[in-house]
Amino acid sequence: MSLFRKMALIIAAISVAVLSGCSGQEYNMREGVTEISREVYDLHMIVIWVCVVIGVITFGAMFYSMFAHRKSKNPNPAKFSHSTTVEIIWTVIPFIILIALSIPAVSLLIKMEDASNSELSVMVKGYQWKWEYKYIDGDDNLGNDVSFFSNLDQASRDLSNNAGSGFSGVEITDENYLLEVDNPLVIPVDTKVRFLVTADDVIHSFWVPDFSVKKDAIPGFINEVWTKVDEPGIYRGVCAELCGKDHGFMPIVVKVLPKEEYEAWYAEKVAEAEAGPDLNERTMSQLMAEGEVAYNKYCSSCHMPNGEGNGPFPSLVGTEMVTGEGTIEQHIDVVLNGVSGTAMQAFGNQLTEAEIAAIITYERNAWGNDTGDKAQPQEIHDIQNGGGE
Amino acid sequence: MADHKPKGISRWLFTTNHKDIGTMYLVFSFIMFLIGGAMAMVIRAELFQPGLQFVDPNFFNQMTTLHGLIMVFGAVMPATVGLANWLIPMMIGAPDMALPRMNNWSFWILPAAFGLLLSSLFMEGGAPNFGWTFYAPLSTTYGPPSTDFFIFGVHLMGISSIMGAINVIVTVFNMRAPGMTLMKMPLFVWTWLITAFLLVMVMPVLAGAVTMMLTDRHFGTSFFDAAGGGDPVLFQHVFWFFGHPEVYIMILPAFGIASAIIPTFARKKLFGYSSMVYATASIAFLSFIVWAHHMFTVGMPVKGELFFMIATMLIAVPTGVKVFNWIATMWQGSITYETPMLYALAFVILFTIGGFSGVMLAMTPVDWQYHDTYFVVAHFHYVLFPGAIFGTMAAVYYWLPKWTGRMYDEKLAKWHFWLSIVFVNLTFFPMHFSGLAGMQRRVPDYAIMFSDFNMMSSIGAFGLGLMQLLFAWILIKVCILEKGEKATDQVWEGAEGLEFTHMPSPAPYHTFDTPPKID
Repeated sequence: MSLFRKMALIIAAISVAVLSGCSGQEYNMREGVTEISREVYDLHMIVIWVCVVIGVITFGAMFYSMFAHRKSKNPNPAKFSHSTTVEIIWTVIPFIILIALSIPAVSLLIKMEDASNSELSVMVKGYQWKWEYKYIDGDDNLGNDVSFFSNLDQASRDLSNNAGSGFSGVEITDENYLLEVDNPLVIPVDTKVRFLVTADDVIHSFWVPDFSVKKDAIPGFINEVWTKVDEPGIYRGVCAELCGKDHGFMPIVVKVLPKEEYEAWYAEKVAEAEAGPDLNERTMSQLMAEGEVAYNKYCSSCHMPNGEGNGPFPSLVGTEMVTGEGTIEQHIDVVLNGVSGTAMQAFGNQLTEAEIAAIITYERNAWGNDTGDKAQPQEIHDIQNGGGE
Repeated sequence: MADHKPKGISRWLFTTNHKDIGTMYLVFSFIMFLIGGAMAMVIRAELFQPGLQFVDPNFFNQMTTLHGLIMVFGAVMPATVGLANWLIPMMIGAPDMALPRMNNWSFWILPAAFGLLLSSLFMEGGAPNFGWTFYAPLSTTYGPPSTDFFIFGVHLMGISSIMGAINVIVTVFNMRAPGMTLMKMPLFVWTWLITAFLLVMVMPVLAGAVTMMLTDRHFGTSFFDAAGGGDPVLFQHVFWFFGHPEVYIMILPAFGIASAIIPTFARKKLFGYSSMVYATASIAFLSFIVWAHHMFTVGMPVKGELFFMIATMLIAVPTGVKVFNWIATMWQGSITYETPMLYALAFVILFTIGGFSGVMLAMTPVDWQYHDTYFVVAHFHYVLFPGAIFGTMAAVYYWLPKWTGRMYDEKLAKWHFWLSIVFVNLTFFPMHFSGLAGMQRRVPDYAIMFSDFNMMSSIGAFGLGLMQLLFAWILIKVCILEKGEKATDQVWEGAEGLEFTHMPSPAPYHTFDTPPKID
């Protein structure tokens, strides 16, 4: 018995430690900010309590038996080994409970799946490892104006990579660590927004817990899901489906604005798109400076900040395609169009001409590559529009 | 009758003896359990705190992938096949398995299969890194070159499992002693018979899935590629048509084990034998029509989601019947708490907790919030670790004296049990919380709001890892150092069944050369 007592002490000590550790931590589903998410939360709490009640009854009976029917208390076991009545009862009762649970679940699910009569449609496209948001205008015309990419912010990436090694890492205190992006998705409040979810390469999953929205982004197919947010604010989510190396590094940030502010933001975005790309010629040092920033943002997670690559991702240091004479066209082609069947994506439609030119220049001159080659935004623009030589 | 067997290594290489093959399966599965566990330690070390401290994300993904594959196909499944080999002939009064040479072959394929899989760690581009569910197109177009070794490895594991399953079916139907009617068979034999049918039905489906992957990768087909007219979701349907019965393949033998151990230590007959058999069969049937509950977020038609939700919730009914029957078996019994009983009771309680989270996950609208989070990780580890693995440990403690003729060290075993209980809950219970709070699966790094629960899980996991070394030491003491008092022929006071009543301990190399009389 002393062994049991020791164990009980240890269990008690650990439970105290666990409970005191929980303070200030999230430990339950969020209620969220939509009618649907609150109903989901309510259903979740109902099921939990049903489970708790069943658990208390079942385990209560079991613990009672473990205590009261142990050999020292009950040396002569009973002889019964079946009872049809009891067996029917404990088959039928769970059945009834499940039916009762399924009724609210069915009606809620039907409501969640009804994306009709939406007032705004946004295409959400998953890439390894970023999101693209495309606003589709009232005519459902895909040749629309406003679209942009949303990447993990540089601060999170740096923190993640420089967290030290071993158990004595740097303590991270930023509460939006891994939950911040450069360009958030912006939607208006009190508006039924339909997301058309798809992917470019592998399967991703668009998940915003506060909206109770989670839909897989599947290459070649379009799924729809909707939300109607009650309160303006910033809501954070993540990619929920394993999509390769940086699956944990492609958060979703949704900024919900009052309607007028949303309209103003949208008008500004339209104006930006109509102004066209910045194709001004740049000097070598400008290209290198812009290139370093853009490289670290878009390229370094695979090719590494020192350009030496990692595992399946090739090194760019001293590589023929990056340093060879006259290979710049090929180099530009790879960056613009990607390499099919590998993780190297087509960046042509993701980045601006200026960013691509700067990255090409940076890769050909950084880390001792020193080719002296440079590319200008105008050249990239010409190649992309078929106007190249 | 004298035992004829070659000496040294050839005894093991060429053996057709069900006990030798059972031993090899069990040893193999324990080695795989330690390797898969070491990978879990890498995962938990990386997740000890936010930030990347130990491994890069690509290697982390290789660890989660191999951990899952090795634990499912290398640890849990071979362990239950080992138990089946040892026990089924002795329980039904047969001299051996019906197809002994095939039995040898189905074991010796396994080291080759896992050699292939593990060798991929040392290949250029690294090991498979797409999760144990290997969803296309991440595993096809985007898979590393070693994916082909993985495909061939899975084919071999499938062949091995199918042969093992056929052997069980043929043995149970043809080799029972006269008088051993189907409804007199111990429940472990019943659950394994049903498991074997699940295996022969779904392992070919898995083989089909990996073959389609192979032709997509190398022979220009587009089963899973929308650009060629295929569909990535087709992969998930095929995979989970295998994958859901697979989870019952892993847990049904443990149901049988609990149904053997609880009556022994409660000194009372199993309550509701026939309803246990029917419940097992209904679970097996339902397991074929619920696969898409793993896919509620892929964009299925709402009617499909409703069907899979309701069918999945129904599984709780036969599962509940089993749990209630176990409790009724204990009721007014005369219970003692030796280690096998402790493990069996922990199995019942903790598996039921996994069952509760299973009902929650079955409900489509709330599943949208749980899907692909740590809540799911908590759920399936509750049914697999304190479920399938505790069940297997209960079986090892229960039958080890019969196999070796010696009792294990009861005091160490109690330490092993109680510390395992603490650590298993410390590891997996906080995962419910981190999942509900919004932490997604399969990430090497996470936001700081999840850091406390992850640190708890990691500490629990390190403890749980150490416990397995203690388990190894307990087994080494009995099996290799040959320490421990001699077991009686019946081993446990309340034990019934031919293996305890009709043979000495240890069980001789050949048993039931002439069939026993069953009344």
